[in-house]
Amino acid sequence: MKYEVVIGLEVHAQLATNTKIFCGCSTRFGSEPNTQVCPVCLGLPGSLPVLNNQVVEFAIKMGLATDSQITRLNKFARKNYFYPDLPKGYQISQFEEPICEHGYVDIHVDDQHKRIGITRIHMEEDAGKSVHDEGYVNKDETLIDLNRCGVPLIEIVSEPDIRSAKEAAAYLTKIRQLVRYLGICDGNMEEGSLRCDANISLRPFGQKEFGTKTELKNMNSIRNVERAIEYEIKRQTYILEDGEKVIQETLLWDPVKNEARPMRSKEESHDYRYFPDPDLVPVKISQEWLDNIHNALPELPDVKSKRFTEEYSLPEYDAEVLTASRDIADYFETTAKSVKNSKLVSNWVMGEVMRLLNQQKTEIDHIGISPARLSDLLNAIDQNVISGSAAKTVFEKLAESDLSVAEIIEQKGLKQVSDSGALDSWIDQVIAENRPQVERYKNGETKLLGFFVGSIMKASKGKADPKLTNELLRKKLSEL
Amino acid sequence: MSARKTVEHIKNREISATDHLKTCLKNLEQTKHLNAFIRVFEEKALDQAANLDRRIQKGEATGPLAGLVVAVKDNINIAGELTSCGSKILNPFKSPYNATVIDKLESADAIIVGKTNLDEFAMGSSNESSAFGPVKNPHNENRVPGGSSGGSAVAVATGSADVALGSDTGGSIRQPAALTATVGIKPSYGRVSRYGLVAYASSLDQIGTFGKKTDDAAFLLQQIAGYDNLDSTSADIAVPDYNVSLENVKGLKIGVPKEYFAKGLDNEIKSGVLSIVEKLKTDGAEITELEMSSTEYAIAMYYIIATAEASSNLARFDGVRYGLRKGDEDGLIEMYGQTRSEGFGDEVRRRIILGTYVLSAGYYDAYYKKAQQVRRILKNDFDKAFSACDVIVSPTTPATAFKIGEMVDDPLAMYLSDIYTVSANLAGICGISLPAGIHSDGLPFGIQFQAKAFNESILFKLGNYIENNL
Repeated sequence: MKYEVVIGLEVHAQLATNTKIFCGCSTRFGSEPNTQVCPVCLGLPGSLPVLNNQVVEFAIKMGLATDSQITRLNKFARKNYFYPDLPKGYQISQFEEPICEHGYVDIHVDDQHKRIGITRIHMEEDAGKSVHDEGYVNKDETLIDLNRCGVPLIEIVSEPDIRSAKEAAAYLTKIRQLVRYLGICDGNMEEGSLRCDANISLRPFGQKEFGTKTELKNMNSIRNVERAIEYEIKRQTYILEDGEKVIQETLLWDPVKNEARPMRSKEESHDYRYFPDPDLVPVKISQEWLDNIHNALPELPDVKSKRFTEEYSLPEYDAEVLTASRDIADYFETTAKSVKNSKLVSNWVMGEVMRLLNQQKTEIDHIGISPARLSDLLNAIDQNVISGSAAKTVFEKLAESDLSVAEIIEQKGLKQVSDSGALDSWIDQVIAENRPQVERYKNGETKLLGFFVGSIMKASKGKADPKLTNELLRKKLSEL
Repeated sequence: MSARKTVEHIKNREISATDHLKTCLKNLEQTKHLNAFIRVFEEKALDQAANLDRRIQKGEATGPLAGLVVAVKDNINIAGELTSCGSKILNPFKSPYNATVIDKLESADAIIVGKTNLDEFAMGSSNESSAFGPVKNPHNENRVPGGSSGGSAVAVATGSADVALGSDTGGSIRQPAALTATVGIKPSYGRVSRYGLVAYASSLDQIGTFGKKTDDAAFLLQQIAGYDNLDSTSADIAVPDYNVSLENVKGLKIGVPKEYFAKGLDNEIKSGVLSIVEKLKTDGAEITELEMSSTEYAIAMYYIIATAEASSNLARFDGVRYGLRKGDEDGLIEMYGQTRSEGFGDEVRRRIILGTYVLSAGYYDAYYKKAQQVRRILKNDFDKAFSACDVIVSPTTPATAFKIGEMVDDPLAMYLSDIYTVSANLAGICGISLPAGIHSDGLPFGIQFQAKAFNESILFKLGNYIENNL
């Protein structure tokens, strides 16, 4: 392609505070419409906002996690526009001096590491929701649910450093990973607690000036962000290749039809008339406050991943997968603390544990297998108490019962048999039942060894110690 | 009888709260044609008074304002009652919550007699812009009572209430006080919680009090002042005892800014005010001439900042959730337009348009930002002045009450009636207006004293001194 793609993302993250940004109402998602409201978030005449300090803390956390500069004197501004879901006729936001500036995150795409700049992060309040589609809404009617009104948001604005849909997806994944690590947002794009708008333009390679950009909205998953950007890149490419000009406009992504449609231009021609909100006094962030927040930060994914490669000698791939979520990383680490073979733990967490998570569609603390039980199981493998295949049976049983690893092994009789007397009798039985194969083996078809081992495992119901069985079998066959 | 004495007498059972209230209600009834009240809570108030009398008879403890009859400007929310702001657009909006000042009045056992008339959304200096019709001046019914808290001033002047709450954004308490021969105080910004006061210009608005005498206004302010965690702009500074007096004025430094006595000021008012200054000087006060050059820009600053904030504050009246809604069938944008065109009066529309303009892209720096910069200079001027004097004296208004309808078509002339009062709001300091005499036209005029922020006490001391000694 002869055009370079330039993408900047604006991500809105709903902060996981208990109460709203300017009043004491709950922020819980999914309650009955208009039940989590008060005079302040309804914007009733005479009501006044009072800032929730936790919002400032959460915004600072994100700033520190992205190596941003933290603004010490924070002011709020009013962004004025009329919309039915905006009860005050303005949104309280930040304008001239956002709480965080000049940060970055590092992404990893196609074996390339890349740094994406973050222009700013600012605090603001969410608006309500217009409801059209619910059963209780009459045709041609719009109802307003103001539960979401005043839920705190941070808006994270990237530099136009992103060069492909894949990079955009990686950046967004990184942002989601960070907000989840920090515990400041649940990162759920389907429910709208994480929202992404994309600014996209194309320019001939080598050109300094940006091309005309379009803005994409309404993409409710990372996959949709990727698809929508791919779509828009193609669309702009065709326009430019035809010698036409891209029109600056806002497009809404339709995930069903897989296309982006322009919004009516009336809705976007705003002069927001920002000015400092006289109802809120500026918030000073003291060094002490900042230090306290800094000291309470969790270990962040990049650092954790690097440490995993060093401390547990894991491949970079394993470390990245395990640290994708803080819960899984913690789960791995707790388990690995009591198992000698870290790679065995990594394989099991990335394999069986993740499979179970996907199957049950649940969080790791709800799968019913605590790190202590998993480490019992893995130690049993590591110490040759049970075989790998028997371990999978034990794992399944662990997930559905409260029994200990030892109890399940006992109950199911899965303990490996290393007693040579018992092994001898299974070996003899298999040799006796498979005379023709023994002959072929003796005539040089040595790959039949696997067949004999398999048969012995079957006869022993998986209990035969595979290593010892192997030794004894070879010996017996050679003596025949 | 003073407000303080009235409460004392009610608590001592020398008079009953009910009888006292009935006297006020009688005065209210007899002056109904002045249109000071938008709503009167006769039944509710009588119930409250009777209940209070029973409690007093039983010897139960009662609040510090027990039985005091208070009128409340109709831009302050009372739970369960309509708030109109003198506008059609809020009809009908019933507040589900109390303003902080109302909570305080209720727990102090004050009796709220009714909601008073005002210029629409407190925008005006004559009370003519109310959707409920103009308020008339009790001293001459063809004249305006001043505004925007004209209803509250008249309620006190006529004895319909002992005291009243008003709000002052550019002079809306002091100017009507001057025009009706009552006392009105605009407290320092942050002294009284704004929670529940429907905002006109948030950085200038302040709730204040009216009384017949200085101590009445002080007595009421005592109960409503103080920090409120529902208003981040309220000040966490202790409220001193406002029951204060001054033995003499020896050594009191009174600043006289020459800009406040320049052209445009009525000669009789000028000499009336200066004669009071002269008497204070005779009694031992030190008079200092001041120069406050930023005064000449105060009105311009005020109309940029106040209208900018108003254009945003009044955006919520959009027909979506409460109050008036027009043109619903023509789509959202039409609904907004029709609701706001019909719901707001001329003066409010004028200020919204002006405020929208000064905040617009390309004009923000030239108007709003510049006005804020000059506002800082004006604040510095006051800081400097208060390092040389304790109070600043001036007339409250340049003229006595004008005729109803006289200035309606000349908003700029009307804006000048606030020329001496807007600065206190811009600087965040406190100011009081006291009756200063009767003009040859038979109308009262006022004298204004301003003091530095949170020094209301000095204004009360001086007011009491003037009332008792001059």
